[in-house]
Amino acid sequence: MSQSFRIPGKGRLSPSRGLRFFFDGKAFDALEGDTVASALLANGVHLAGRSYKYHRPRGILTAGSEEPNALIGVSNTAATHVPNVRATVQEVHDGLVTRSQNRWPSLAFDLGAVNSLGAPFFSAGFYYKTFMWPKAAWKALYEPVIRQAAGLGVSPKEPDPDHYASRYEHCDVLVVGGGAVGLAAALAAANAGASVILCDEQAQCGGAMRHESGARISGRSGWDWAQDAVAQLKAMDNVRVLTRTTAFGYHTQNFVALAERVTDHLADGKDLPRERLWQVRAKRVILATGAIERQLVFGGNDLPGVMFANAARTYLNHYGVAAGRKVAVFTACDSAYGAAFDLARAGSAVAVIVDWRHDVPEDLSRQAQELGIKILAGHRVVQAKGRLRIASISVAHRDGGQERSFPVDSLIISGGWTPSVHLYSQSRGKVAWDADTQRFLPGDPVQDCVTVGACDGTDDLARGVAQGIEAGKAAATAAGHAGGDQPDVAVEACESYAGGLAGDAGQIKGKAFVDYQNDVTAKDIRQAVREGMHSIEHVKRFTTNGMASDQGKLSNMHGLAIAADSLGWPIPDVGLTTFRQPYTPVTFGTIVNHGRGDLFDVTRRTTIDGWAQDNGAVFEDVGNWKRARFFPQGGEDMHAAVNRECRTVREAAGLFDASTLGKIEVVGPDAGAFMDLMYTNPMSKLGVGKLRYGIMCREDGFVYDDGVVGRVAEDRFHVTTTTGGAPRVLHHMEDYLQTEFPHLKVWLTSVTEQWAVVAVQGPKAREIVAPFVSGVDLSTEAFPHMSMAECEVCGVPARLFRVSFTGETGFEINVPAAYGRSVWEILQARGAEFGACTYGTETMHVLRAEKGYIIVGQDTDGTVTPFDAGYGWAVAKKKKDFVGIRGLKRPDLVADGRKQLVGLTTSDPAMVLEEGAQIVADPNQPVPMTMIGHVTSSYWSENCGRSIALALVAGGRDRMGQTLHVPMPDRTIAVTVTEPVFFDPKGERLHG
Amino acid sequence: MLLIRCPYCEEERPELEFRGAGEAHIARPTNIAEISDEEFEAFFFLRDNPRGVTFERWRHIHGCGRFFNAARDTVSDKFITTYKAGEPKPDLDAVRGEKA
Repeated sequence: MSQSFRIPGKGRLSPSRGLRFFFDGKAFDALEGDTVASALLANGVHLAGRSYKYHRPRGILTAGSEEPNALIGVSNTAATHVPNVRATVQEVHDGLVTRSQNRWPSLAFDLGAVNSLGAPFFSAGFYYKTFMWPKAAWKALYEPVIRQAAGLGVSPKEPDPDHYASRYEHCDVLVVGGGAVGLAAALAAANAGASVILCDEQAQCGGAMRHESGARISGRSGWDWAQDAVAQLKAMDNVRVLTRTTAFGYHTQNFVALAERVTDHLADGKDLPRERLWQVRAKRVILATGAIERQLVFGGNDLPGVMFANAARTYLNHYGVAAGRKVAVFTACDSAYGAAFDLARAGSAVAVIVDWRHDVPEDLSRQAQELGIKILAGHRVVQAKGRLRIASISVAHRDGGQERSFPVDSLIISGGWTPSVHLYSQSRGKVAWDADTQRFLPGDPVQDCVTVGACDGTDDLARGVAQGIEAGKAAATAAGHAGGDQPDVAVEACESYAGGLAGDAGQIKGKAFVDYQNDVTAKDIRQAVREGMHSIEHVKRFTTNGMASDQGKLSNMHGLAIAADSLGWPIPDVGLTTFRQPYTPVTFGTIVNHGRGDLFDVTRRTTIDGWAQDNGAVFEDVGNWKRARFFPQGGEDMHAAVNRECRTVREAAGLFDASTLGKIEVVGPDAGAFMDLMYTNPMSKLGVGKLRYGIMCREDGFVYDDGVVGRVAEDRFHVTTTTGGAPRVLHHMEDYLQTEFPHLKVWLTSVTEQWAVVAVQGPKAREIVAPFVSGVDLSTEAFPHMSMAECEVCGVPARLFRVSFTGETGFEINVPAAYGRSVWEILQARGAEFGACTYGTETMHVLRAEKGYIIVGQDTDGTVTPFDAGYGWAVAKKKKDFVGIRGLKRPDLVADGRKQLVGLTTSDPAMVLEEGAQIVADPNQPVPMTMIGHVTSSYWSENCGRSIALALVAGGRDRMGQTLHVPMPDRTIAVTVTEPVFFDPKGERLHG
Repeated sequence: MLLIRCPYCEEERPELEFRGAGEAHIARPTNIAEISDEEFEAFFFLRDNPRGVTFERWRHIHGCGRFFNAARDTVSDKFITTYKAGEPKPDLDAVRGEKA
């Protein structure tokens, strides 16, 4: 398609650099440097999308990231499809594929537009009122239908094939915004020697100089000066200029997050990341974020062809594109006049300038007169009319009277400028209402930042640039860089931004949009107030005003003003909603960055893990560890494998990788005293070469962790913890050592990853291990259960424990981690001769449950004392102090009826209870029943030939032999309370 | 992300290196086994939740590993000062004067 609205000789793009892109399957010509919006406009296309709720045809309103209407899908492949991209931001590259959204079957003929006919039913709050009843219909009917009809783009289903990068950066001065003021600030700070980062969301710096034609700085046009300033900055070693980079989050202590779009504008990004996240810590931040033009609120203000004044000028002066051939201007602000004048000079007919204000500045009316443009002051556009594009406007005096119609193909509007205080507000700075100019302006900064230029309410370019220079110098000085040449910036001419209107422009005919993206009209705001929403926070939630992805950049002030008008209150009394990050939408890719797939989280593997992988283990996650859960053979399912492993361990032996056990070395002359304080047991009495099962409580008396403790020497303990508990146990120990018992001479070291642990359990364990152990008599008499020795195993220095978590004769062989696999393989080969198996965590769980050994966190839950768990024997009676000693005496902890750990058996031995199932005494009581406990562990026990379960039951130990009940959705299961030991209750096998 | 000055490392480090550890200056009674239920309640369960200056414990867990104390303003989130475990509460007026 030819670019018939491209004006020869206008704009800054090179006509020789042609490109071709696609919109809704149709090919369009464009120029290098175009955005999708400017390229569509060059081809006379204003209709760019359909609105969220009413499916109204929508055009291109703006030329920046505040665009609420022209949202498109961009995709070259299904996986790289990006929905809701602002056509005003997306740069065109050769072959770019774009499509409109929220329309079916086509953009021009959209069946969803019938929603507009139903508009009375879709007014503010209609979801809340209409779909209340019946309740069940919400999930099944209302929500799916509404979601289908309303909405914007569709998310891609495939994983994102692009990659994203991340950088941390420190600087003296971060300047946000590369307009004239930001550039001046950056020059001043950089000249003084400060390290400076300047970021701007556009492809090129220049800010308002992009659209203004009246500014002159240091003998050049404002734009040319800005490009020279950027070149000067880029040439300095202490400056980093980041374009296409949005500062989207201002965090505490000047930590600012920037999103840099690296390749979205390129046809071939090669190996570059798509986007780069910059996390910048700046000593000083200068916010030169400018201001955003807002619309006027009148009927039909959303028709394609309606465009903001700064946008019309940007398209003309930067992209060389005329918004229309016959245009009118409706404004309440001086700055829109420039759009009329520039368009008239470029050959468009300007039918009329309608100015809401009664008084028009003299120089503007004189210029209009020279160009033959009629001004209607004190007038308003009553309504814009047209179907897929504006065709005419009706204009009347503000006070009423006869309406006059003007045929137009474009209407340029300006309701004035709203300072961009978003980042300032995110920095926790409070804004203050400026009654003179009817706007919120930054107050005193809370962080080390300063606002300059239009975002600070400074409309005059010369004053803004002076402010920027001063702020740049001051920031550099504060960061320790004084001196350097002050940049010589002479503002010789600038334009006026005076005026503005917040709220609706008179009695409304048709739909007058306040929030384009969420389809919120002035009428909706007034209705919300009528229905009792008096705070702007309530109005916002009831109408969804400002809640779209543009976050109310255009709509906040209007919504506020209309609500205030309805209430008859001053604007500041209605309040201002909080500005949240991100300033503009940020992709998940940028935030997630490298942290996905294998890099999502740390994976911990033991040194024996490779063997388990080679031998078909099925793994489970335990904390960050991968643990072998079971080792299926010959097509076994989990149950078959676990049954075989369980049986084999008790009949012959089994090998188990216990390396993930937490291990802490407690060393020092006071190690015994410290261990006495940390554990309920009398650890200082533990003999050298002995092991003891220890329980650790919190100060409140509840079980915190457990594990076997070995005394390696008088001043050295080898402490084991649960796999998941190791870090918090060490933290807990360090806390007490450093802050409560700092007088104790003890050193704590995590040695979890220093030792590989091979557990050999079962009646044949001793025979399997014995040939490889040097210097230890392994007979039960010489090395009984709960002994330890430092020795050599397979020629490797080892700590050999005779210990058991299965109830069988058992050894846990600790060897330096690097030897883990070779020792494991030697013992595997030996074990095979005795019919031993390898078992995983599932079998370990079953075997320990057969013996009633608890797992902290499964059979305990943070409200269980050692006594509740049946481990009262582990609590020293004579110690004067240990952590938990006082908590254990609390009245509730010694009261009768506490939940206690018991065993449960079902009358049908094949019935395996569900873990977590609730237990009741009387199954016939009315619902809600009184629950007296719950099942904590439940398995099929191959060795017992029946199901077994552990449970916490109120007064459980007094209920031995009682029948209790486990109500399930489909039946109630009767259970008998038993001792929690199901296998070898006398414990004879341990000592075999 | 906060920057926190570790009084042992004597430098500001990012918040990611630290872990909060609750209110500071609550000493575990040396005769804890003998204290009354009310005293235990006050020691273990009751905590201040001030609007304004709070004294709290932090641990430089991914750094030197040391526990230390901080005075922080709960409204602005700003750290007023940090100091070593075992040291008394600092004179905040003096600290603020030094900074100003």
